[in-house]
Amino acid sequence: MQLSTVWFLIIGILFAGYAILDGFDLGAGALHLIVARTDSERRQVLNAIGPVWDGNEVWLITGAGSLFAAFPLVYGTVFSGFYLAMVLLLGSLILRAISIEFRSKETARLWRLGWDIGFSLGSTLAAFLFGVVLGNLLRGIPIDAGGVYRGGFVGLLNPFSLTTGFLTLSLAIMQGSAWLALKTEGELQARARRFVLAAVLAVAMVWIGAALVARSDARRVFDNFASPLAWVGPLLTANVLFYVFLAFRFNHNGRAFLFTSLVVAGLAATAGAALYPNLVPAVEAARSLTVDNAHSSDTSLTIMLIVALIGMPIVVAYSSFIYWKFKGKVRIDEASY
Amino acid sequence: MDVVELDRLQFALTISFHFIFPAVTIGLAALIAIVETLRWWTKRDLYDRLSVFLTKLFAVTFVIGVVSGIVMEFQFGTNWSRFSGFVGDILGVPLAAEGISAFFLESAFVGIVLFGRDRVGSTVRWIAGLLVFGGTTLSAFWILVANSWMQTPAGFKLVTDANGVQKVQLTDFFQAVFNPSTLPRFFHTVTACYVVGAFFLMGISAWYVLRGRGSDVTSFALRLSVVVAFLGAGGMFATGDLQTREVQANQPLKFAAMEGVCNTAKGEGLALIGMPPSQDCSSTGTYVEIPYGLSLMSDLDPNGTITGLDQQSDKSLWPPVAETFMSFHLMVGLGAAMLLLMLIGVFFLWRRSIEKHRWWLWLAVIAIPAPIIATELGWMTAEVGRQPWIVQGLMMVSAGTSPGVSATDVSVSLVAILLLYALLFFLWIYALTKEIRRGPEPGAEVASVPSPVVPVAALPATDSTDKGGR
Repeated sequence: MQLSTVWFLIIGILFAGYAILDGFDLGAGALHLIVARTDSERRQVLNAIGPVWDGNEVWLITGAGSLFAAFPLVYGTVFSGFYLAMVLLLGSLILRAISIEFRSKETARLWRLGWDIGFSLGSTLAAFLFGVVLGNLLRGIPIDAGGVYRGGFVGLLNPFSLTTGFLTLSLAIMQGSAWLALKTEGELQARARRFVLAAVLAVAMVWIGAALVARSDARRVFDNFASPLAWVGPLLTANVLFYVFLAFRFNHNGRAFLFTSLVVAGLAATAGAALYPNLVPAVEAARSLTVDNAHSSDTSLTIMLIVALIGMPIVVAYSSFIYWKFKGKVRIDEASY
Repeated sequence: MDVVELDRLQFALTISFHFIFPAVTIGLAALIAIVETLRWWTKRDLYDRLSVFLTKLFAVTFVIGVVSGIVMEFQFGTNWSRFSGFVGDILGVPLAAEGISAFFLESAFVGIVLFGRDRVGSTVRWIAGLLVFGGTTLSAFWILVANSWMQTPAGFKLVTDANGVQKVQLTDFFQAVFNPSTLPRFFHTVTACYVVGAFFLMGISAWYVLRGRGSDVTSFALRLSVVVAFLGAGGMFATGDLQTREVQANQPLKFAAMEGVCNTAKGEGLALIGMPPSQDCSSTGTYVEIPYGLSLMSDLDPNGTITGLDQQSDKSLWPPVAETFMSFHLMVGLGAAMLLLMLIGVFFLWRRSIEKHRWWLWLAVIAIPAPIIATELGWMTAEVGRQPWIVQGLMMVSAGTSPGVSATDVSVSLVAILLLYALLFFLWIYALTKEIRRGPEPGAEVASVPSPVVPVAALPATDSTDKGGR
């Protein structure tokens, strides 16, 4: 396998890791206002993600850093092309982060409500915008002869990408509610459980919807599905989505959360299969950025491969250790949010 | 303003703001590592309470550092896409390595340090503290590698891609990582961060003493921070000397602007304070100087030759002279004032009278922002002194921007970022003052809660003897 393809996979894994890990805490945020009513319930939601959310966000930072290193042209084209969307995305991520941190500093009702809204709004918008960006990449973007995106901000808001935006939002909500069902008790847990079932349905419907919209708005996403290999992702995902439902029926909250994460992984694989070998498909195919024309030198890719192969297993090991240390239901103590 | 100016303004603003937070967290993490080690070793309650208090200050700062840091990384792509394309083959490597080797580490173990104290044993908690410290310093290393490479590029070759666009390609990883300015910059910057953390804790402890809220914790914190701040403030001059020599060797124009030397001459004096030369050197500046000082310092010879700005006849390649000169001199002046404060502080500490000198304690409180300001001035010297290059000698700043991003786009983001950062700064100060007002947990012997009988052995007896000695 070519080095650049290996890096396509690694970056895919990093972003999928981000989608899975930050997915559930973004989802918990998106649901925050509805699922948790009282102050004590809202504190449970915040502390269910409290010790891990900033570690989860590092997957985005590392994914972006690796993209910069392995495919600098893609990094420059996408980030500058989607300028205002990126600014909005950063704003949302900052808003939710400070909301988590500052909500607990005062007890006044209005203060807490304000940060609750900030947390929920920032999380919802971020989960949605990730899908819009992904949708545009899958659909192919207008690039001029100089390699510059020429679609403007409004050009990003096409039917297919809006649908994928709703898809990532539903996925986050599905994961987030499954996480809360796992980490909380009582009425909050009961409400979270209802959202899991609703979100499983929503994911299934929006996913089918996205495929239907794509038939008229984003034909190129089907290009790779002539190969049976590309069908592995979607078929497994559909299967696992059903398992989420089953695990829930039989009250296996832990397994249900695991399956929701596998659904995200499966859809990430599906998106990767639809993209490859492109990273940024252009409307005019010759201008696309691909694993062949946008990668860094073999020297850089090799060095980073060594760094990643040594570093990532260690990261996964200690991250698992930390999740394990915080296992079980949320406990509110003096250090909590 | 054109788009290049706006891009520069936005980057300068975001990075100046961002750097406050890593500086504080790197400094605090070092102090936490020391206190945690003492706690783990001696099992004394005093260190436990100080560590918990420091952790709280760390937490509010860390979050703002993380979120403002993402903005930095994203900006390479959003506002400087041609720069990203040009340097990605090299600069991407330290950025990715930072994520994998350092940022994961600190963020993961911060969770344990902040929320998991009672979920893990004493040893794991101590190791988590050390890993957060190691992670923050390693993080700084990789980021400084990236910056240093932009100042003194090494280990690369220039190639032209299929579209006829020039870019750099990595040829030697170790040369690129350990380029001529990496280590001097790393030592100087990281020492600066430790000074920032130490001044932070020193000022806060001094404030408690002044307000009559002194306790075993604040006494110890004051002593610890005075020692660290003194060593650090001295270290700043040693590492600063190292770095200035490196700049003189590798970025001579920056050096000439820093020292305000227009014309190459022998026996150059060392400018101490005054007006910098004008940008075209029509006026060579008026300042108080130590005769032969600069020659003596750089060549160890009073008649040594100092190369001035006139080495480069094309004046458009000169950095902004006044800004470079002023930021450098203000930094050194501030550093000298801090060192003086610490010399007095260490003297008082040795005389065991530090808590009695209220004027000194007040100065320590006022001095909390001093090392932060000095650090910012140092970065201005480094970055403004590199102008008009974005990568020294290889790419101009104006050639690095994103072609698809308009001045309107950048104006919108600039205003949004300004508002958001103002809010962040306000929240940070607010949260810090709140934590500081609350203060560390009082010790068992001063707790007003009518507690059940405390076994005598559990009382931090040595603390009271410490205080009795004064």
